[in-house]
Amino acid sequence: HLATSLPLPSERDHLRPRIDLVVFMIDIKSKYSLKNVETSLPHVDASFFLGKVCFLVTGVGRMNACSIEMNAVCKLGEAYCSPVLFCELELEGVRAATAQRLVRMLQICAGHIRGVSALSFVSLMRNSD
Amino acid sequence: MDETVAEYIRRTVLKIPRDEIKMMLQKWGFLSEAQLQTLNFHQIKDNISQEVVQLCEENSADIKQAAALDIIYNHFYQNKRMWSVYQMKKSGEELEYFDIRDFKKKFKGRLRSALKNVTITFKEYEDNAIWIRVAWGTPYKKPNQYKPSYVVYHSQTPYVFISASVLKSNLPLLCQALIVASNYHDIREMELRSHSLNSLKDIVFKRYSQNFQTDTPEPLQGRNVEPENADIRIVQENRSEKERIHSLNEEVFGSGPQPKLEFAQYKLETMFKSDPKMDVLDKKEPFRCLVKFSSPHLLESLKSLAPAGMADAPLSPLLTCIPHKARNYFKIREKKGLHPESFVSP
Repeated sequence: HLATSLPLPSERDHLRPRIDLVVFMIDIKSKYSLKNVETSLPHVDASFFLGKVCFLVTGVGRMNACSIEMNAVCKLGEAYCSPVLFCELELEGVRAATAQRLVRMLQICAGHIRGVSALSFVSLMRNSD
Repeated sequence: MDETVAEYIRRTVLKIPRDEIKMMLQKWGFLSEAQLQTLNFHQIKDNISQEVVQLCEENSADIKQAAALDIIYNHFYQNKRMWSVYQMKKSGEELEYFDIRDFKKKFKGRLRSALKNVTITFKEYEDNAIWIRVAWGTPYKKPNQYKPSYVVYHSQTPYVFISASVLKSNLPLLCQALIVASNYHDIREMELRSHSLNSLKDIVFKRYSQNFQTDTPEPLQGRNVEPENADIRIVQENRSEKERIHSLNEEVFGSGPQPKLEFAQYKLETMFKSDPKMDVLDKKEPFRCLVKFSSPHLLESLKSLAPAGMADAPLSPLLTCIPHKARNYFKIREKKGLHPESFVSP
């Protein structure tokens, strides 16, 4: 499900399945996208932050067009105890690899991988940073 | 053949991309088909242009023919030049029959009586456009063929498109000659400039697709906003918002292609509004500021701002009024009165 911001429109509440993973996308070229994510975060229930939220920073192939503070993004990840992934959507290889990572995370968050829970996975990721 | 004419023809041919030279020479029609056959268009341009000059020598070309070639080049590559739009005003409501010969005679007469050394060339095109090329000299110097002005006049309209040469001092004389020749009594420069001559014509002749107010402002039900989004596994949560933006955009910009403009410039002469506690400026005087938007295709980029999520819809009327008001240069002053909002000068 794609949304431009949170909260989600209530008229579609009955059509929505269970949400297992929320990926906040931040475009480094757009200050607005970071601001949008910051204002959407408070609308997420606290229980999601136990491994079911991640930040995806896009456009890192064009650092010369960077409009946001990378520091701010990393601090955001720390503040919300959620991993920060970086990718460049314009490169097909990176795009595919990132998609695979996200799908893997989604499988864990949805409980499809035995022995690994969302929480244990996210603490694994944080320790390796 | 005059050396200066030969050199001018040589330089004009050198400007043309090699693949287009044959086509341009054919359009020109000064060299016969037989002569064109003798040219080798696969050698380097330097050599091609030398050969063309030699053939012109055989035909005794003079400056008139050279100027005609230049008009053809500039008509084909019209988007390389910057065009301004001028509007002429008639004193009365008389509908006069337009006589092209009368127009040319009066135009040439007016210019030549003021300035002896000018080269004036006319060419008519199918879309009722009259192209005029003027090379300017002084009472003591022959015309400078390398810095001419170009005028495009559609005789059934009061609009003239001018690509002035860098010698701007001749502009008033040019304008005078135009109104005398076309039987108008006044001419003024509109605040509309672009490289795309056709787009300027689209704007002033209202040839672009405009939105018209309909009785039912609601969008049609079930309209598919993103037909290319074929993957049905992706669910757009904000579909209704996207549709709202889309229909607002259509209302404002219309559904057809936009005229091509490269900039919009806003000159602000408004007061700086800051927190009174901050007291940024000691004196209360207008804060002079120039805001310029540039883009390879300004109106299309403005149209795509809201759907791309980069701006809220509806966009500021200062941006969306550009084609309707036929201007892309604005002066914004304070509105005097109870509400100090910005006011766009006419």
